[in-house]
Amino acid sequence: MVKPDEAAVQEMDQAEIEVTETKSESGACFPPTFSVSEIKNKQRRHAMFLKLKEEKRKQKLELKKKKKKERKVLGDQAPPKEVPKTIENQRIYDETTVNPEDEEVAFDEGTDEFSAYFNQLTNPKVLITTSDRPRGRTVRFCEQLATVVPHAHVYYRRGLALKRVIPQCISRGFTYLMVINEDRKVPNGLILCHLPDGPTAHFKISSVRLRKEMKRRGKDPTEHVPEVILNNFSTRLGHSIGRMFAALFPHDPQFVGRQVATFHNQRDFIFFRFHRYIFKNEKKVGMQELGPRFTLKLRSLQKGTFDSKFGEYEWVHKRHEMDSSRRKFHL
Amino acid sequence: MQHDDVIWDLIGNDSFCSYKVKTKTQRFCRNEYNLTGLCNRSSCPLANSQYATVREEKGRCYLYMKVVERAAFPARMWEKVKLDRNYAKALEQIDENLMYWPQFIRHKCKQRLTKIAQYLIRIRKLTLKRQRKLVPLSRKVERREKRREEKALIAAQLENAIEKELLDRLKQGTYGDIYNFPIHAFNKAMEKQEEETESEEAEDEEEPVTREFVADDEFEESDLSDFEDMNNLKGSSDEEEDAEEESREEEESEEELEEEKTKAQSKGKAPLKGPIRKKRAYVEIEYEQETEPAQKSKAT
Repeated sequence: MVKPDEAAVQEMDQAEIEVTETKSESGACFPPTFSVSEIKNKQRRHAMFLKLKEEKRKQKLELKKKKKKERKVLGDQAPPKEVPKTIENQRIYDETTVNPEDEEVAFDEGTDEFSAYFNQLTNPKVLITTSDRPRGRTVRFCEQLATVVPHAHVYYRRGLALKRVIPQCISRGFTYLMVINEDRKVPNGLILCHLPDGPTAHFKISSVRLRKEMKRRGKDPTEHVPEVILNNFSTRLGHSIGRMFAALFPHDPQFVGRQVATFHNQRDFIFFRFHRYIFKNEKKVGMQELGPRFTLKLRSLQKGTFDSKFGEYEWVHKRHEMDSSRRKFHL
Repeated sequence: MQHDDVIWDLIGNDSFCSYKVKTKTQRFCRNEYNLTGLCNRSSCPLANSQYATVREEKGRCYLYMKVVERAAFPARMWEKVKLDRNYAKALEQIDENLMYWPQFIRHKCKQRLTKIAQYLIRIRKLTLKRQRKLVPLSRKVERREKRREEKALIAAQLENAIEKELLDRLKQGTYGDIYNFPIHAFNKAMEKQEEETESEEAEDEEEPVTREFVADDEFEESDLSDFEDMNNLKGSSDEEEDAEEESREEEESEEELEEEKTKAQSKGKAPLKGPIRKKRAYVEIEYEQETEPAQKSKAT
């Protein structure tokens, strides 16, 4: 029982000596066998740890100063500033990232379910509905969505089965079905179904902000067709989702209305914003946020129309596989 | 029949029975073999040696019967008879099995069978309709997602991204002729006004593009009342633009550039009305123009 204590004390002493040594000569390392966690006494261990941290901080500061001096001295020839690592920088390269000149992708996009829209053959007509018995917040959210998306109609669900709703929608010429799922009085899911036989995407909605909760917002959006901005949809999956969003809006945005709807993808979260912009001069644009804002996260993409039992899923978010790495994103 | 009354005295009206559930107005019996569910002298399976119930298991109804003769053999006490799926036939079966039994028990058994049959039908109907699937959320995962979303929002820098995109679109010309701003090259040309060749080149570049400087003279603040900081900015931009206008117009008069001049109304705001036009400080300079500016038509 005595020996470990002695050893600990010796270690401590040694460590202290080491520390004093290092204080005198900056930049020295601790001996490789020593680690702060080996000290059994909590207070001493904590004190050692703080000292260690101090040391590290000092070293870092000195390094910084040195670099700054060097840069000053060298002036133009100084090595370029190092770019800090961000998650976007360190993102694991996704092999499905679309190359802009990829012919295969271009061919696919020319013949997929959205080709009709992108060839200017059809105009979007959106049906917005909710899950059963929506509460006030969801209802207001639906109404506001209907003002954002042109040609959108809100209908109450009244316990109808989606499988029966879809053929009726198709027969009435709708191109999109949006179902906002609600849980605990708050919208939390979105099913976006492209109608003739198009893909169905299921999203998780979070951070919904209705119009009256927005700070410094403008007046209500007008009837003009807004522009659409789709940012950062880089992979193949991202492309298809981006096209889904694009096909929600009619082709010719009315620039007179100066409204823009943005779907910005960052780290697999799609942020939706609706702004009114004005160009103050050619380098500055002022923006005012109207409209609801919400965040979407893709949960699954299904090939046909909504069919949870027999559908063919193109992509499903599998938590254990896909969430294991912080640098891997799929959209 | 032997100890029924004694048993009832022991567990019955105000005594303790482990199957008894008391509420303010009523006593219920939790015994699974109880016929009515109430705690009564005639419904208590413990206090009646001759008793019968109908119970359902996995969608099939069974008739359970208990007689005095088997009271000594608890393992064999209840006789289980499988009832037919057909409701009418099941009723007949009950009648047949409980032929000489007391009316109360026969009646209650049939009532219970009816109720069970009804709720089984309902179950079958509901399973055909849409089932609500409850997906459990893991709190840890939700917290993690929330945090990641916040970080992603910060990393996204949405306003900057959107502004950049809009400015790019403006530069590319997707907006066509709605906005009239000077292009970068024109600004540079303005700065190098000493060298005529350069300015001439700039002039050549400009003519096909027809992007011009916006005159803010008829810019009305009332149009931009929506924007908070517009007023501050406009003041400064006005001065800038006036100054630039001056220098440019001097240049024009010097070099006799031919330019079209369009006004600010084409920014897509509400049309300006003539009498409301505010007088601002501006320098009147004459300049030569090739074509008549189409101002008046654009004011509508």
